[in-house]
Amino acid sequence: MSSYDLSGDTGRAGGRRRAAAGRVVPRRRGNTTISPQGAPNRRNTELALLVFAVLLPILAYANVGLAMDSRLPAGMLGYGLGMGALALVAHLLVRRFAPYADPLMLPIATLLNGLGVVMIWRLDKAGHLLSGNFPAARNQLMWSALGITLFIGVMVFLKDHRVLQRYTYISMVVALVLLAAPAFFPARAEDFGAKIWIRMGSFSIQPGEFAKIVLTVFFAGYLMVKRDALALASRRFMGLYLPRGRDLGPIVVIWLLSLLILIFENDLGTSFLFFGLFVVMLYVATERTSWILFGLLMSVGGAVAVATTTSHVKVRIDAWLDPMAAFSANPPKGSTEQIGQSLMALGSGGVTGSGLGQGRSWLINFAAKSDFILGSFGEELGLTGLMAIFLLYALLVQRGLRTAVAARDPFGKLFAVGLASAMALQVFVVAGGVTGLIPLTGMTMPFLAQGGSSVVANWALVAILLKISDSARRPGVEPAPATEGQGGPAR
Amino acid sequence: MSELTLTVMRLGFLAVLWLFVIVAIQVIRSDLFGTKVNPRTSRRGAATASGGGAATTAAAGRPAAPAAPAGSGGQTQGGGRRRGAPTQLVVVQGSLAGTTVALQGQTITLGRAHDSTIVLDDDYASSRHARIYPDQTGQWTVEDLGSTNGTYLDRQRLTAPTPLQPGMPIRIGRTVIELRK
Repeated sequence: MSSYDLSGDTGRAGGRRRAAAGRVVPRRRGNTTISPQGAPNRRNTELALLVFAVLLPILAYANVGLAMDSRLPAGMLGYGLGMGALALVAHLLVRRFAPYADPLMLPIATLLNGLGVVMIWRLDKAGHLLSGNFPAARNQLMWSALGITLFIGVMVFLKDHRVLQRYTYISMVVALVLLAAPAFFPARAEDFGAKIWIRMGSFSIQPGEFAKIVLTVFFAGYLMVKRDALALASRRFMGLYLPRGRDLGPIVVIWLLSLLILIFENDLGTSFLFFGLFVVMLYVATERTSWILFGLLMSVGGAVAVATTTSHVKVRIDAWLDPMAAFSANPPKGSTEQIGQSLMALGSGGVTGSGLGQGRSWLINFAAKSDFILGSFGEELGLTGLMAIFLLYALLVQRGLRTAVAARDPFGKLFAVGLASAMALQVFVVAGGVTGLIPLTGMTMPFLAQGGSSVVANWALVAILLKISDSARRPGVEPAPATEGQGGPAR
Repeated sequence: MSELTLTVMRLGFLAVLWLFVIVAIQVIRSDLFGTKVNPRTSRRGAATASGGGAATTAAAGRPAAPAAPAGSGGQTQGGGRRRGAPTQLVVVQGSLAGTTVALQGQTITLGRAHDSTIVLDDDYASSRHARIYPDQTGQWTVEDLGSTNGTYLDRQRLTAPTPLQPGMPIRIGRTVIELRK
């Protein structure tokens, strides 16, 4: 029998649970060999897609200019070149610092960000009807540049994502501070109830966006250590694994915390995101369906309890149940026409949309650029365009989850799952709110919507995912040849 | 702008947007990686010439054992080919239970470090816990690399490199590993 044979009868396909090692060779059928296959380095693919991703927003920009002013916009060449240059720098640094990273994430993020800026610019132009108008596109462009700078910073300075594992509990504290901070700042009228901003003069940040990443570090580090206790110590009851009471502790703490956010900051989105993220990661870490069940029960219970007591949340729920109530002859007190407006916009878009620059987006008069930018996209690009945008998010999330599958270390796996599901949850919450599927929450569409903190934090998120995917896809070091002395140096 | 131009631009933009999505999905399709199933060529061909064997593995995407120099390398591989020599390493217990590693004359490192051949996900394992390698005569040997909680062969804690026979359980924390024929 050859020493190269993996001669297999039926051995169980390797690594039932978390068998990460790329070099472990599982056996399957009689007459085949299964060998690990390294991922190819896909930097040229990334470059080609990136060129595509820069050209698309430029096309959209030209389209808006032609439709609204009948001429190409003046800044087209300059903005296009600037965006191209930023994307190129990011690409070159990925080439240098994460050569094996996933080829899709950077182009998709660039495309979404570019489309967002164009749409914001287009809404600026419809400006005289928008309340509180200011050149938001320029601000958004500046924030995007800052976001890419942070992306580059993460690329260069985060040598290995496992370093973050050391800061498990520090990141818990940081995340709590970030989450709690806005509650201590005075609420302002134009925030419409939700207290999720920290304002210093004219400058404001939304710490929740950054807390998303920091909290994922904590969840990944914590669950990596505790998952065996959470998964194994349980009783079986009616086909479900019931966790022990003391293991329920962390989920109860996170639940209470997200309820506190809901009560004191009036922010449905943030609290849903954090609780949902925890439940998803708990499920991934332990493979116990019962956690999902508990999570759903607890979030529904919590939401109902808060909705019946807090007026702000109640208004949101009422607007969700009857979005057109605000247009009736005598609208109920505190009703809002936002959801109705966005549904109208989506409906008037139809299948192929009105065309960029030709919609009536100013009719969504509040938050058209931020929370409701999807409504504007739906109107001007139609269902077809909106589906493409959702697919882009789906691809981004899929690449994150693929990274998690390929990652070699358990922390990296959980971390990548967490970041990808944070993105997925956020997209779901926003899109669900805008289309009237779930109550509206005060969150922003990643990359697309106006909002500095959101853009910057999401660029950092993509950078970390790219770093993890680089280490996951990097071909392994060959085992040392066992020919000399004691069999070669152990690594 | 004429209505026609605007319509063409509108539909054109949607088409290009979808083209991007489709190209991205194509990239994913051509980017599948992980394991690759190779139909096995003639076993005897691989067994007779070690060069042929190396070619088989090289075709499999990654040569597992770098082509060894003729002298001692040939001897090792000759030893590995002996009748009755173990051909695989099997994880019998622990979270990785069920995984196997083909023995191809290479050193197998065990530990929590992610670059180990078998990454142990075990609280009682050190990052570089132990290694299993064929010595000059081709005899598979296990050596503890100064781990905290020790490597056990049957009930004995290892203190020096120890020759291994197929079926002897090597225990590291909760993980038990055996050589199999």
